[in-house]
Amino acid sequence: MLKIENLHVAYGGIQALRGISLEVPDGKIVTLIGANGAGKSTTLRTITGLVKAQSGSILWNDGELLGKPIDHIVSAGIAMSPEGRRVFPDMTVLENLKIGAYLRKDKAEIAKDVQWVYELFPRLEERSWQLAGTLSGGEQQMLAVGRALMSRPKLMMLDEPSLGLAPLVVQDIFSIIGEINRQGVTVLLIEQNANMALKIADQAYVLETGNITISGTGAELLADERVKEAYLGKNG
Amino acid sequence: MTNSKQRQKLILMAAVLVVLLAASMAVDAALPSYHIAIKVIKKATVYALVAVSMNLLNGFTGLFSLGQAGFMLLGAFSYGVLTIPVAKRPGVYQYFDGGAIQFSLPEIFSGFLGDTVGSTVGMLLALLVGGLLAALMAWLIGLPVLRLKSDYLAIATLGFAEILRAFFQWNALGPVTNGSNLLKNYPDFTHATSYIILAGLLVAVIVLLINSTYGRAFKAIRDDEVAAEAMGINLAKHKRMAFIISSFFAGVGGGMLAMYNGTIAAASFKSTMTYEILLIVVIGGIGSISGSVIASFLYIFSSEWLLRGLDSGKFLGINAPGLFKNGFRMAVFSVIIMVIVLFFRRGLMGDRELPDLLDRKPKRRKEAAGK
Repeated sequence: MLKIENLHVAYGGIQALRGISLEVPDGKIVTLIGANGAGKSTTLRTITGLVKAQSGSILWNDGELLGKPIDHIVSAGIAMSPEGRRVFPDMTVLENLKIGAYLRKDKAEIAKDVQWVYELFPRLEERSWQLAGTLSGGEQQMLAVGRALMSRPKLMMLDEPSLGLAPLVVQDIFSIIGEINRQGVTVLLIEQNANMALKIADQAYVLETGNITISGTGAELLADERVKEAYLGKNG
Repeated sequence: MTNSKQRQKLILMAAVLVVLLAASMAVDAALPSYHIAIKVIKKATVYALVAVSMNLLNGFTGLFSLGQAGFMLLGAFSYGVLTIPVAKRPGVYQYFDGGAIQFSLPEIFSGFLGDTVGSTVGMLLALLVGGLLAALMAWLIGLPVLRLKSDYLAIATLGFAEILRAFFQWNALGPVTNGSNLLKNYPDFTHATSYIILAGLLVAVIVLLINSTYGRAFKAIRDDEVAAEAMGINLAKHKRMAFIISSFFAGVGGGMLAMYNGTIAAASFKSTMTYEILLIVVIGGIGSISGSVIASFLYIFSSEWLLRGLDSGKFLGINAPGLFKNGFRMAVFSVIIMVIVLFFRRGLMGDRELPDLLDRKPKRRKEAAGK
């Protein structure tokens, strides 16, 4: 279980997180919704170790993550699919997946996991020798998710997986996120598409200018008037 | 890609290598060692090795470094200093009382391994020392320099190479480096085949590295640093590793260049040499090993041999002493390079390797059509 307490993060003179606390219980889907600049991506980047925190704590199964190097955090079972997909464009799909397993040494298991990702995303198998830069946006998002899965995470963090994708493709991606979760991976999902995210989430938090303002189960937030007004459209 | 396709590719590569080796052995047997063909093969082989080492850094890891000449200089001097026969040292170091170093690796090993084997081992060891010294230097400057990005990294490494060149000409170091005087009279491999085998093995090592997990990490850093970092790849460590490995091979290449040239002068390791190698890398294709090798052979062949006539009055049977005079070769050469760059915008090979030519259509075009 991931437990964030009173986390403060600032960079570039901007206070991005002003003491947020949240919990991601094992086996659940937790979502963090909020507008642009609310600090959603900063939260993920701080958990991964890409951004340094000022104060607070991030506990992963009771071990402190703050201050640990990134490779330690990835090895501990936390993977991220970054915002904007960020696949490696001049490498093949298969190479991209193998990079996801960079810190693992067990070759046979890695080969099995490539097959597992191909089962989740059959499109990737068809395109396994293609350069990732030539994939469509949806395929690149699948690859980004698949790549993160290759480190065999216990906690999978997804940063705006629906960004710039057609509605049908977004539905595909979300159903696969559900599938991944059913296979035992805890999911921390960051979304602007609050409607989709709240529907699959067990637990949800609303982030506004660096503070958590509302929290509850996904269903509770879907019914919450304030959430409806700000993120779902009044009649949505 | 199926297995049979991959087998075909392996067979093609093996065939190309065997043909090359056989051709160079035939040339060695038929021609005297001072023949221009042998010279061209030797120099092109050395340049191929250095170009591939530069490609490893600039093309595969995405670090734009221009320090190549500096690392080659380290390799060249190590080779010269360690292999000049002791008896000839007083003549070489005439201004420095015969120099400070009074041993020669080939002679030491000849003592107990026999002349041929012993001197070969000594020479290879001297090349290795050159490579290690270059790697050590890369390790030292890597930490501060690799914090810089793109153009700034290029400027810093270029500056480093220039400092090194001046440093080696410093009179106080004369007993070792012979100051600004030449190092000479050291042994060389007579046969072009020796160059091909040696450089070929080293390039093979680089190819294996690029196809290993480390190579994938290098390419990931090139493609997207942030995403690579998020995968748990330690950026600083891997950049430094690529820098050190590339410099090692540049150092060995520098030693081989010294061998080929017959003399070593610090003044010849100018930034022009780095640019020449960069040109080869770009013409061959940034991110293509076979491209670098092919381009260095084409480059050396045309600049050293094919176009020589343009300087001396006669070219392809045309005799025009007024037009074809010194310097005209470089003018024509520059035009050829511009034309190549215009028609092959990503270099001769792009980022493909020789065996990929068996795939009927270039990868990119095929996919673009499929979309």
